[in-house]
Amino acid sequence: MSQNLLEFKNVSKSYSGNQVLKNVNFDIRPGEIHALIGENGAGKSTMMNILFGMPVIHSTGGFEGSVEMEGKPVNIMSPFDAMAHGIGMVHQEFMLIPGFTIAENIKINREIPKENALNNVMSSIFGKRMKTLDFKKMNQDARVALDRLDMTIEEYTLVQGLPIGFMQFVEIAREIDKTGMKLLVLDEPTAVLTESEAERLLKAMRSLAVQGIAIVFISHRLDEIINVSDRVTVLRDGEWVATKDTKDTSAIEIAELMIGRKVSIEREEGAERELSKDIMLSIKDLHVAMPSERARGVDLEVRKGEILGIGGLAGQGKLGIANGIMGIYPAKGEVVLDGKKLPLNNTKQVLKESVAYVSEDRKGIGLLLDEPIDSNIVFTDMQVNGNFLKAFGLQDSKAISEHAKQMVIDLDIRCTSEKQHTGRLSGGNQQKVCVGRALTQKPNLLFVSEPTRGIDIGAKKLILDLLLKLSREQGMTIVMTSSELAELCSICDRIAIICEGKVAGILAPNASPAEFGLMMSGITDTDSVKEGGVS
Amino acid sequence: MDAVKSFFKKVPIATLIIFGFWALILIVGFFLDFRMTSLFSDTIQRFGMWGLFVLAMVPSIQSGTGPNFALPIGVVTGLFAMVVSMDIGFIGFNLLIVSTVLAIVFGCLMGWGYGKLMNAVKGSEMAIATYTGFAATFFFSMIWLLYNTDNDFLGWFIGRGLRNFVSLTPFGTDQILDNFWQFEIFRSTNADGELIGGLVIPTGTLLVVLLACLLMWLFFRSKHGIAISAVGMNPMFAKATGLNADRSRVLANMISTVLAAVGIIVYAQSFGFMQLYDAPLMMAFPAVAAVLVGGATAQRSKVIHVIIGTILLQGLITNGPPVFGRLLEGADITDAVRMIVQNGIILYALAQMKGGGK
Repeated sequence: MSQNLLEFKNVSKSYSGNQVLKNVNFDIRPGEIHALIGENGAGKSTMMNILFGMPVIHSTGGFEGSVEMEGKPVNIMSPFDAMAHGIGMVHQEFMLIPGFTIAENIKINREIPKENALNNVMSSIFGKRMKTLDFKKMNQDARVALDRLDMTIEEYTLVQGLPIGFMQFVEIAREIDKTGMKLLVLDEPTAVLTESEAERLLKAMRSLAVQGIAIVFISHRLDEIINVSDRVTVLRDGEWVATKDTKDTSAIEIAELMIGRKVSIEREEGAERELSKDIMLSIKDLHVAMPSERARGVDLEVRKGEILGIGGLAGQGKLGIANGIMGIYPAKGEVVLDGKKLPLNNTKQVLKESVAYVSEDRKGIGLLLDEPIDSNIVFTDMQVNGNFLKAFGLQDSKAISEHAKQMVIDLDIRCTSEKQHTGRLSGGNQQKVCVGRALTQKPNLLFVSEPTRGIDIGAKKLILDLLLKLSREQGMTIVMTSSELAELCSICDRIAIICEGKVAGILAPNASPAEFGLMMSGITDTDSVKEGGVS
Repeated sequence: MDAVKSFFKKVPIATLIIFGFWALILIVGFFLDFRMTSLFSDTIQRFGMWGLFVLAMVPSIQSGTGPNFALPIGVVTGLFAMVVSMDIGFIGFNLLIVSTVLAIVFGCLMGWGYGKLMNAVKGSEMAIATYTGFAATFFFSMIWLLYNTDNDFLGWFIGRGLRNFVSLTPFGTDQILDNFWQFEIFRSTNADGELIGGLVIPTGTLLVVLLACLLMWLFFRSKHGIAISAVGMNPMFAKATGLNADRSRVLANMISTVLAAVGIIVYAQSFGFMQLYDAPLMMAFPAVAAVLVGGATAQRSKVIHVIIGTILLQGLITNGPPVFGRLLEGADITDAVRMIVQNGIILYALAQMKGGGK
């Protein structure tokens, strides 16, 4: 093969002691489509930030290792440097001006001025930016770029009102119009597209590759990767796992590499536990308008006394489910709790039905940071059920304090006293306060989202053990949503995987990594994947 | 040493600066042969006059609406209640009680509407509140002009409309609360052996203000009060607990408006006059400044901030002019000094705020 266009050599990066990339090697050849895959937090974004010289990298002490382009080490300090080296990126969020035509959007900030006498006079007085523009030439350039993508749409159409798929193409056209474009990064380009639009995009990618442009393709859709890429690199927890020729591998193998062996760790008891046949919560066709975590028709049944895990990649809608049922974000659909229909978009009513919720956004939603632990713990129970009050609706400070003291002991909250403000606590202890607040409601059903996010290992285990204890000893039904598959597998009875806003399937905690990986990528019809978790 | 350090950490710099200024004025006043008891009497009287206005800041700040810059809404409402009660013919304590009851009723209505408005303009509450207060003042100016009364003490001798300065003496309400159980301490004799005035305690007014403070303190320890605080601190948290943030904000602004309406009645009786037309225009600013001086922020306030802030700011504002006046022998810059101090405080406190309206 020819010389590498781009090469990452032993690149490492850590943010304040937390290593997010460890000795990653990565290379890409001209005209190659190289897929990059990994779970959230695997290091994909960090790699791309390094490639583009984003300030977030350089303001936190840069990185170790070297980046080479065409055999020569390069020092990319800013996105402008990256552009000068012929690296372009198409972002997930479109950066287009709706009121401009396609050609104007493609040529933005690279407009071609007219060369004539008037212009030269004007520009000598007012500077270059006062020159009038050569729209004809700009349109011609735009046409060329669009033709390279097999786009027949007229270049003078306004971007406003274009279908999403077309906007994506305009973005790509803008990148390839830049002279000397050699490497194009596409970050989850198909996530917002319909199937036929995605199809077209993949076709355009292939034709760009034939024209000699190298493409880094970041996607979680395994079928697309198999379909379009030449090689695939798998990252896991900031480490390089494998780089394979796509023709020599399969979706199952990639899924397995992506998830790794970590799935089967740390489970103290067997996965098979006799589950009740009774349905505690039944969710039918739930749609939740949570930005970037949209649920689009979730059907799910939660059995009495079980711990149901909800997993899936970020942005697929797993967090939307609990938030929707609790009325934090607008929801529609049917949710039945214990045979009784739950009103949606009515947080208070849901809380009254003994449903408690520990939010994934601990500091944003979960806590009053400027208030002491004790007020935080009793807050919901007081407001919803009217407990901890005495005559005239005044708070019963003594009872609150006593209850909080007990919770501090029970949950092992490390604090100076129950009067300490929660903003001063560590992440793990803050999480325990959130759990304490939920438990004070004496819930029958507990939603816990991302319970261990941003918490150190020791505290993680404590929280998980606590959830397990609540389920085993008190028979509490728990729905736990988490991005960390390992922790779902360690305590859940069944794990529902959410992909693109829907339940892709339900797996047992001891299912194979490949099964999880495939399901997260939305492949459910493979033979190796079976429905249902409990045997 | 640590105790001193932690004290300075807890007490906001604005509080210290104002305290320093006030202390300086008192020291200068002492050397200029001012009677200390007289200076303190003035301060205490002004504390009584302004206490309820400053207390009106607490619920609106706690609910996340920010300081109630629309205080004139409550003030004109209270004035209207007084005008109506006077016109009907009440005098003395009856006038005080009837106008207070009316002020509460009207204040609830106005506060409800104002709260609704605040919910509609989330993010720019303070600017909108300021201009709403101005608008209310001038709207009521028209009402004062058009109000037809047969009461000669209330209306002009000729034509329609109300006077701009109504003395409360003919109504028997002049200082009626101030004089209730009033007593004087630290009386002394002068060089000639004559008894001169000591520290005057306007018991009735102080009791009203302190009772209101106590009720406010209790309210924020009740379920509804706690809910309002939570809404102000973290609207998403409140939402996740099933609280209706908008309703809490309306309730808080109703309380605030009612306090302002009752506040002007207390203010007027102590002052001895009722001022109509554009007098309420700028009343919000000293009240906002006081609560901020007391240690509140635009997001958090407590009753203790009200008490500390009102004493300090009113002490400075009332004691400053006479002392400066004598010090500078006639150069009348005292009002300018007062304006600079008062508006400087507001500017300083607002500059400390983070973010926009919330």
